[in-house]
Formats: sequence, structure tokens, C-alpha cells
Amino acid sequence: MANLINDETIEYVGILAKLELSGEEKEAAKKSMGEMLDYIDKLNELDTTGVEPMSHVFPVQNVFREDVVTNGDRSGSMLQNAPDARDSMFVVPKTFD
Amino acid sequence: MEKEHLLSLSATALGAAIKAGKTTAVEAMEAVFGRIGEREDINHCYITVDKDAALEKAAKIQKRIEAGELTGPLAGVPVAVKDNLCTEGMLTTCASRILENFVPTYSAEAVINLEKAGAVLIGKTNMDEFAMGSTTETSYYGATRNPHAPEHVPGGSSGGSAAAVASGECFFALGSDTGGSIRQPASYCGIVGMKPTYGTVSRYGLVAYGSSLDQIGPLAKTVEDCAAVLEAIASHDEKDSTSVRREDTDFTSGLINDVKGMRIGIPGDYFGEGLDPEVREAVLQAAELLKAQGAVVEEFDLSLVEYAIPTYYTIAAAEASSNLERFDGIKYGYRAEDAEGLHQMYKKTRSGGFGPEVKRRIMLGSFVLSSGYYDAYYLKALKVKAMMKKAFDRAFEKYDLILGPVAPTTAPKLGESLSDPMKMYLGDIYTISANLAGLPGISVPCGRDGKGLPIGLQLMGDCFQEKKLIRAAYTFEQSRGEGEK
Repeated sequence: MANLINDETIEYVGILAKLELSGEEKEAAKKSMGEMLDYIDKLNELDTTGVEPMSHVFPVQNVFREDVVTNGDRSGSMLQNAPDARDSMFVVPKTFD
Repeated sequence: MEKEHLLSLSATALGAAIKAGKTTAVEAMEAVFGRIGEREDINHCYITVDKDAALEKAAKIQKRIEAGELTGPLAGVPVAVKDNLCTEGMLTTCASRILENFVPTYSAEAVINLEKAGAVLIGKTNMDEFAMGSTTETSYYGATRNPHAPEHVPGGSSGGSAAAVASGECFFALGSDTGGSIRQPASYCGIVGMKPTYGTVSRYGLVAYGSSLDQIGPLAKTVEDCAAVLEAIASHDEKDSTSVRREDTDFTSGLINDVKGMRIGIPGDYFGEGLDPEVREAVLQAAELLKAQGAVVEEFDLSLVEYAIPTYYTIAAAEASSNLERFDGIKYGYRAEDAEGLHQMYKKTRSGGFGPEVKRRIMLGSFVLSSGYYDAYYLKALKVKAMMKKAFDRAFEKYDLILGPVAPTTAPKLGESLSDPMKMYLGDIYTISANLAGLPGISVPCGRDGKGLPIGLQLMGDCFQEKKLIRAAYTFEQSRGEGEK
């Protein structure tokens, strides 16, 4: 299964994960992901036919509440954490030309 | 009170001494900062401490204790909090560069609960970056050292919390446990650490790693402290949709020195290849001791143990890749300079802000969730998780508790694990099942190896059976005696 991880896969995963990897990092990622997936393939030894996938150990139900604002206005202090802010808004780099 | 004696007290003993007027919250905090001054250069347990704020808060709390407003067992007791729990007004980095300047505008529910109980925050402890690691070496801010042997790791990911408790740089600490991150460092540092049943402590304000696995819990000097801290931080919280409403959070009522008739199962599959002989010996001796106290101890086959690690790393990586999408350089934290356009900025920020282990897990997670591989990897892991949960259900029909080691070895040397991530992952084999199945688990010191490094005993219980765990752990601790730690 490790041959799943070729240069193309690493490029694709880089796009999904929004990561820009150096040539060296790509090689290391190829190797370590290949090793991990080989190891994960061990799960194929188990017959899981008919087993329901379990995402949570307890049944999770949606928690509803009235649509009423309970938290105060903290936009000022929240924007203080922003790398760049102006006029109560987050400033981002150019998104289109 | 004399400083060395004061620092040797457990959290609840200190709370009682403050209540009785034998010492004060301020004196305790000053003693802690004295110890930090002596040891922190070597240990590096903390990422952030705020001495002035801590002493000021301690003085306020002391007044409220004297006024009779605060009467709980933790009132006035200094606490350290892992740096992935949000603390209003105090830097919260998750040991990552990407949050190097993040100051939360709110506190985690568990932290608020501790504040209500009168505990006083010292600072924020070091950890593996985003809790991804088992040694506290993946921290962007440098490694923490094991107070018992500085050339060894303290374990992880709550390594700073565990080392701070062991070295007297706090009286107790909070950590988080996604695959053993409370229990394993507790074991390596010779203290008590407990992961409660999933949903017992609100995860609101805990920076998420693997949301279906993460739980907050105490690291402390004694089982009694653990029970008292858990009692203080457990709460139902509408802000965490996975929070469980429980009426039985009076955990200190489980502090009973008696295990007569308690049925304890030892999974034979926990004692196979890879387990260090000295660890094995110490854990089996602990089982003998509980047997001598009247517990019914027998060996059984848990099954599926060898599948726990691949299942865990698939699920944890998948959840991590999704949870860590929020770090994009816009709302908080580090942003890369000199990026052309928005997407370039995202990529440069994340590539420069995350360390190698975090990137590794985000990439693996992105892959196992990607179309074409989702069924083969992610869904397969969720099915195996269901099978493992069933195996535990069967075990708990026969046994009150499961007993085993916490980790296959004692603390490795600094640098040994980073060079071989696979080896580091294998070290989680005995702890991760409790996270996959949502079970409570506790790590209690049960001896030392030839090098003098602490060994931990692990007890696991069925969901919501913390009191049984506390009872057995307390009985073990009491019958073992103080001098043998």
C-alpha cells in the first residue's frame, strides 16, 4: 500500500492540508506517510462486514437552545489577536485581482 | 510554615492547612515561585508564568477564605494549567509557533470551575505541540526535562504539567488526554494522573486535537488530590455538545481503603512482546498487592489490542486535520509575511507556523479523509473502534476494573523518540484504548526501575465508574505506603 504515496499524492495532500512543503519535507512526508499507512493496513486483517462505524462512544444528540444572544460584545478584544485589523474587521491579503 | 515542608504537602493537605490558618495562599504561592526559581532553568515545565498576577490573586483568595466565602478543599492552592486550555488574558500557545501571540478572550470551563473552587493559577505548562507527541519534545518552545533524571523526557503530551507536579513547581495541574497524554507523563514522572470518562469535563476552551477522544483531567501527587480536583472540574456544560449530564460527580466519596471482592482483570495481551521486564514485574507485584487486600484478580484475553494503535492514529489524525483548519493566519496567531494573495498566505502561515509532527498528522488525516480513501481508512477505523468498544463491554461484564501497565517502558532519553516516530506511536499501546472506548483510566506510581525511573500502574474502568478506579487506586496507594514512591 505504501506505493499509494507518490509525488502526486503528496502534492494533492499538500493542497488539501494547505501546506507548502520543501523538497526535503516532501521526501520525509512520503516516507513517513507510507510507513503509517502500511501499519494502518493491519486493520484489513479484521473482517468488519456488518459492523456499524462508531464515531462517538455515546449517542450524540443535537443540543438546542433559544436563539438569544448570551455573550457580550467582545469584538474589540478579539480583534486584538488578529495579525491585521481595521475598522472592526479582519484585514486579509488580496483575494482577487 | 517552613518552605520545604510546605512544598511537600499534597494539594488537599495544603488546602486544609490554609483553612486551619497554619499557612496562607500567598505563602504557598511564594513557595511555588521560590521552587520555580530554583528548578525551572533545568526542568522547563512552563511556557508562561505570571508571578505578580498569581500573588495578587492569591492575596484576594486568602481574604475570601478568611471571610468564610471559600471553604472547598482546593481554596488557595496554586495550580498549573496545560497550555492548550484557554486562560482569559494569559498567553495560550499550544506550544506552537502558530499561536505564539494568542491571548484568549475567555477561559476554558474547567479553568473557570477551578477558579470558582478558589485554586490560583500559576501559569501555563509546556506540552507537545497541539498535544501531538508522547515526550513534550515537539514543543516549539523547547523540551521539558524529567525531574527524576534530567537527561530523560517527562513523557507527554502533558509533560510540563507532570514535571511541574513532580518537582514541586505547583501543587497540582490540569492536563488533557487524547491517547494517554495525562496517564503516560504521570507514569514517567512518578505522580498520579487521571483521564475521566469522555464527556465528564467540559472541553469548552480546550484547543481541540481529536475531539472524540480529548478529555481534560488532573495530574496530582495523590489519588485523594486527583479525586478532589476531578470533583471540582467536572460539570455539565451547554457550551460543549458532548458534555454528559452526571449526578455522580462526588468523586471523593470513592476514597475508600478497601477492595475486598472487587473483580480485577489483567489482559494477558498487555504483557506480551515489547514490555520492559522491570515494568512487567512492578505491575504484576501491584496486582498481587491488591489481591492481598482482598481483590479477586485474574488474567483474561481482552483481544484486538494490536489494532488499537492503527485505529487511534487514523481517527486522531483525521480529526486533527479538520480541527487545525482554523489556523489560517487571519483571526489570531502567527501570519507569514511576504505572501502573494490569500491562498499563498494560508499556505505560508501554516507551513511556517506548524512543526514537523503536526504537519505529519495533518497530512495523514487529510489523506485518510480524502475521497477514494475515506472508506478504506477512516471508516474502517471507526468500525474497528466499534469492535474494540464491544470487547471492553464484554470485559466489564466480568470485571470491575482492568489492570495493566501505563507504558511499555520507563521514560526514554531526550532525543530518542523524535528520530523514530513509529516507535513513539507504539509506546501508546496501553493507553489509547481508553480514549477510543471513552473509558476512565488512572495512572498510579508502583515502583522504580534499575535506573531509578518511576513506573506507573494503570487501572481502567467502565464508563462512569471513576469511583471504582479511585477506590482501587487509593487502596493501592495506602497499602503500598508513602516511603516507596
